[in-house]
Amino acid sequence: MKIHEYQAKELFQQYGIPVQEQAVISDATKARAAAEKMGGFVVVKAQVLVGGRGKAGGVKLAKNPDEATEHANAILGMDIKGETVEKVLIAPAADILKEYYLGLIMDRTSKKIVLMVTKEGGVDIEELAVSDPDKIIKFPIDISAGIDESALVEVLTEVFEKTALVEQATETVKKLFTLFVEKDASLVEINPYALVDENTLSALDAKINFDDNALYKHDDVDGMKNPEEWSRDEIDAKQFGLSFVSMDGDIGCIVNGAGLAMATMDIVKLYGGQPANFLDVGGSSNPEKVLNAIKIILRNEKIRAILINIFGGITRCDDIARGIIMATDQIDITVPLVIRLVGTNQEEGRRLLEEKGFSVADDLSEAVKTVVAS
Amino acid sequence: MSILIDENTNVLVQGITGRDGSFHARQMVKDGTNIVAGVTPGKSGQSLDDIPVYGSVREAKGDHRIDATVIFVPAKFAGAAVQEAIDAEVPLVITITEGVPVLEMLEAYNAVKKKGLRMIGPNCPGLISPGKAKIGIMPYHIHLPGNIGVISRSGTLTYEVVYNLTKHKMGQSTCIGIGGDPVIGTNFIDALQLFENDPDTAGVVVIGEIGGEDEEAAAEFIKTKMSKPAVGFISGRTAPPGKRMGHAGAIISGGKGTPDAKVKAFEAAGVPVANKPDEIPDLLKKQL
Repeated sequence: MKIHEYQAKELFQQYGIPVQEQAVISDATKARAAAEKMGGFVVVKAQVLVGGRGKAGGVKLAKNPDEATEHANAILGMDIKGETVEKVLIAPAADILKEYYLGLIMDRTSKKIVLMVTKEGGVDIEELAVSDPDKIIKFPIDISAGIDESALVEVLTEVFEKTALVEQATETVKKLFTLFVEKDASLVEINPYALVDENTLSALDAKINFDDNALYKHDDVDGMKNPEEWSRDEIDAKQFGLSFVSMDGDIGCIVNGAGLAMATMDIVKLYGGQPANFLDVGGSSNPEKVLNAIKIILRNEKIRAILINIFGGITRCDDIARGIIMATDQIDITVPLVIRLVGTNQEEGRRLLEEKGFSVADDLSEAVKTVVAS
Repeated sequence: MSILIDENTNVLVQGITGRDGSFHARQMVKDGTNIVAGVTPGKSGQSLDDIPVYGSVREAKGDHRIDATVIFVPAKFAGAAVQEAIDAEVPLVITITEGVPVLEMLEAYNAVKKKGLRMIGPNCPGLISPGKAKIGIMPYHIHLPGNIGVISRSGTLTYEVVYNLTKHKMGQSTCIGIGGDPVIGTNFIDALQLFENDPDTAGVVVIGEIGGEDEEAAAEFIKTKMSKPAVGFISGRTAPPGKRMGHAGAIISGGKGTPDAKVKAFEAAGVPVANKPDEIPDLLKKQL
């Protein structure tokens, strides 16, 4: 789960990580008062969950309250990579002497929480990781042992040099790590971590991603959820216990299991079709789930055919068949349904469907060819 | 032979009285597995069919030799159940449960390494040595005893691959689902090493997916450390970056985990990559 910069900064504040004063508005007429309070010279920043807002024109400096209003007006409602800007953050424009980058991630390969630091902030860290990986200093932290402070100070001294700055950075990293572990984050990032006067570092931006599986432990984090992270279909699918991701194509896919669902989409593409979605009905095979899956897929007007690919393990083919029959009884399905059923209770599933006049494939490639051609 | 489990493996089921646990415990017994005991806190003294239920792993261990434990406990309590199995030093801990917080598994991973145990999963279908034992949730009837090792991050996709192998009379020594989460106990390399050492495994199928860099590491390992042939498959070639495709681990993020990089790594290591599961048997036959 992702949160906005202003939300991340509020969490930073709770953990004692220094952040600037901020105002968050969704109405441009409120920009003036906020800017005046901050002395007039401010930055207006789009609050979106996607990256690259700066390049998209979503971050602007304002020299006075008039300009702040102007920028807020321009940025609110702006479309940034498909996300409409609904809020802007207003903060005092900082005098930036130098920019750094600080980030903590959960590294799958080393099974450590890795601190990443660079002397060049404001950069796209993902690009830097490819173009010049040596510029990123990495410091692995074992979650069970915690931070080895003297080793951390040594690493941070390389980057920040001056004692006063090293001390601030050390404190910030320690607090970021506490936040990371206590709130089950998967990424915490300050970019830029800026030198705003000779002796002061400040988190001018903040980004936190959380582990969806741990949200049940943190009501405060869960409460920061932003509906714009998911499409309406994705949110509805989640409520029905389905895992759904929209795609650009026109062939709807209903599959059990994430790996097989991805592979099914890939094979559709391989045979010249375009998948309209990823949809995993999950392990248990409540017939209602199939009904809901078909309903969500049919909301997409581009859909020209639906492929149902089930390999029964925990999922029982007869339950899936009942779901399909329930759906055809309740809704008017005008696009072709191509069904492939194999595994647990496949005979019963086939019998139920064939009685209703459906043909059922048992070979996946054949089923995909049929759906692409229909 | 087979890897990790066989007809002599004594198995404990944690969460045995739950809906999934009881169903699959019975299924595993039917499929020939030695289920010697179950655990559900607070239900000590009960039984499931003939299987005695204990209140804790330690208590069960007092009465039985336990070689492996399989965990069906719901996600909110699974981390603690794994920890309990580790504390009781069960040599092989298999977690089927999906949705366990990543940091809990990170702690468990460290504890397992410290004690020299082995963990498989979480969010996995378990493992099966056909004709010998099954510890997991896969449909038994699609398997066939034989000499092909199968390693996969997925569940149903593994069934699809096994189904195709069996259709071509290519039986399996052991099929192991390592799990679809970012932090898992046993990765591709660990499993590949076991198959390399197993005299009865002749070739291996590696089923990967987008996310992380484990497939790349597996390719390097096959190239440099293995004498046995392998065939690869990668799912998620059509997945958009930044979107989690069902599995918590199946996400292309920070420019890492792209399908292209994985396919290239396999091909550079001389491992042919199938475009779809039904191509795997032929590709493997050419390698054997």
